Amino acid sequence: MEFADLLDLGEKEREAQKSIRVLCCTSTGCQAANAGLVKKQMDDAVNQAGIGDRVQVVGVGCMGFCGMGPMVEVHPQNLLYEKVTPEEAPSIIEALDGKGDAKPLQGDPNHPFFSRQLKIVREHSGLIDPEKIAEYIAVGGYQALYHALHDMKPPDVVQEISRSGLRGRGGAGFPTGLKWATVAKMPPGQKYVICNGDEGDPGAFMDRSVLESDPHRILEGMAIAGYAIGANQGFIYVRAEYPLAISRLQKAIQQAKKVGVLGSQIFNSNFDFRVDIRVGAGAFVCGEETALIGSVEGGRGNPRPRPPYPAQSGLWECPTLINNVETFGNIAPIITKGADWFASIGTEKSKGTKIFSLTGKIRNNGLIEVPMGISLREIVEEMGGGVLNGVVKAVQTGGPSGGCIPGTALDNSVDYESLAKLGSMMGSGGMVVMDQSTSMVEISRFYMEFCKEETCGKCIPCRAGTVQMYEALTKVLNGEATQDDLDQLEELCKMVKATSLCGLGQSAPNPILSTMNYFKDEYLALLKKPVHAKVAVH
Amino acid sequence: MEAKTKTTPKGAKTAPEHPSGDKRFKVLDMTMKRNQYRQDSLIEVLHKAQEAFGFLEEDVLLYVAHALKLPLSRVFGVATFYHLFSLKPGGVHNCVVCLGTACYVKGSGDVLAALEQKTGIRQGETTPDGQVSVLTARCIGACGIAPAVVFDGKVAGQVSPEAAIRRIEEWTKGSQS
Repeated sequence: MEFADLLDLGEKEREAQKSIRVLCCTSTGCQAANAGLVKKQMDDAVNQAGIGDRVQVVGVGCMGFCGMGPMVEVHPQNLLYEKVTPEEAPSIIEALDGKGDAKPLQGDPNHPFFSRQLKIVREHSGLIDPEKIAEYIAVGGYQALYHALHDMKPPDVVQEISRSGLRGRGGAGFPTGLKWATVAKMPPGQKYVICNGDEGDPGAFMDRSVLESDPHRILEGMAIAGYAIGANQGFIYVRAEYPLAISRLQKAIQQAKKVGVLGSQIFNSNFDFRVDIRVGAGAFVCGEETALIGSVEGGRGNPRPRPPYPAQSGLWECPTLINNVETFGNIAPIITKGADWFASIGTEKSKGTKIFSLTGKIRNNGLIEVPMGISLREIVEEMGGGVLNGVVKAVQTGGPSGGCIPGTALDNSVDYESLAKLGSMMGSGGMVVMDQSTSMVEISRFYMEFCKEETCGKCIPCRAGTVQMYEALTKVLNGEATQDDLDQLEELCKMVKATSLCGLGQSAPNPILSTMNYFKDEYLALLKKPVHAKVAVH
Repeated sequence: MEAKTKTTPKGAKTAPEHPSGDKRFKVLDMTMKRNQYRQDSLIEVLHKAQEAFGFLEEDVLLYVAHALKLPLSRVFGVATFYHLFSLKPGGVHNCVVCLGTACYVKGSGDVLAALEQKTGIRQGETTPDGQVSVLTARCIGACGIAPAVVFDGKVAGQVSPEAAIRRIEEWTKGSQS
């Protein structure tokens, strides 16, 4: 297809769209609360009122305010409805027809939860139908791919990504441009692009949301990457726990192939790019890039020692680029708006935005995309609305690889370096808020139980270490541990951290180390009391 | 140990029926054929097998191993590595309690405890009458509606221990009538 055809498709779709769009979130969270029926009720109401010529109900992706779903938005009036029930849904349509008031709870689109966000990756989430490629094209989709193929050479694309300062959004924050350059430098031959959609961090669902809401954005990012590094085949590895994301991706790939933006000779260039989906089967370790490769190869997800890095020898020993879903979500806008634009957002070393899943004991549960450098306090108190009871005790970031930041440290900036200095990490974006009712020692054991279940078993420090750390924490919680036990636990943590083969083992001790640092008194309070306690022994 | 199941020679026009005559093996044949019997399609094939048979019984593992020309140990190794594959039959109904961080902080531990108490079994087990399995998952990504439980494949949000018990009662009442 030609550029003119692409623009034409977009134009036709925009003309076909009605002046009033009633957007109904149909992502997993809202579907669990009957969003499917809510949409159907509104469709029926539009038909009954006979206003289908100016009102259309569209099933869209995630709007982000997941704790208050099902969510419905009306454009262009900018009305927001929350917790919409199938019974009350028709009243929204009737109100548009001038017949009565809408019954559901009205939300405030100017609340900091919404207004303080800067949506780059989630730009179209909640605004377009993810199951219609025409809607993606109508908002400018696939123009970045065209621009890259026709106006840029592969090294130019790599340069642009490097200059933008984009860092991997999967957790480690490795400079994306550098990774691309490494794979691009490898001699021509079979190379692969893999999108890591394994999102195993408990409490994180950013990638699920993007895959369900704007799958084409990811496909476009992968295709641009393929062009830049010289790959003609891509794989998206999605965890099996995300069936809706898988089916939306399958549809998106089919539609992209039909339209011609995936497949052979894209936009009449000599660039071919195909994407296949690979489904996981419930293993957290498969989020680690070498384990993921092992899984795509049909085996157990055992990590491999690096070097060689996947960029040099990865899938089937070919140079492989692996990036996270959110990383790919940033590619198209960087190509369209330029590296300088992206680099103007965020801090000096952490450019752009980050999507966080704000969950736990917070008032406003959901997904937010904010510029790097925003303070934790602004996220938790202004956007999140603070905790329901009492004060924030801790904010856990980075999942089981991260740490707990105490409520007293909320005035720190959210960026890669700051969070690492606080003893945590950015991680994939999970942000779990805890209040006074959470025991930090229990939370440490909770995370260790998770690591103990998920260890692949290949290396001894992790295989045996996670069990020992878990047993040690159980001893503490049972009131049977002494100070010696605590010291030994700390030693063990440092040893496992230093000697494990992969990131799972290397970061498994982090929750313990961070809670021991900030919440030592909770550990001490659980220690076994000396038998003759007439004189306190320290 | 040699298996008595017939293998599907590569390039055969039609796959010979499994000696048991069980048509579910045809589903597996189709999946493997669609993937050109490539060894790296093992995980996809095991997913289909679990869907068709409910769990991965030894006969199925043997069949897949022979068809993909893989050692049984390799197939067994993959089947036991991933949490979603089960080598034991499940119940007629299953509930998967999410034990992800957000759900845990919001009390999914209490939901699990209530379910274990109601059914008399521990997580990962099936009731003796084969009606209900109580399973756990480490995060299903529905953190915005924590605590989440998947009842027979459908996600339910903000589930209280009482609501979870009610669902078990609905299921078991249904089987008694």
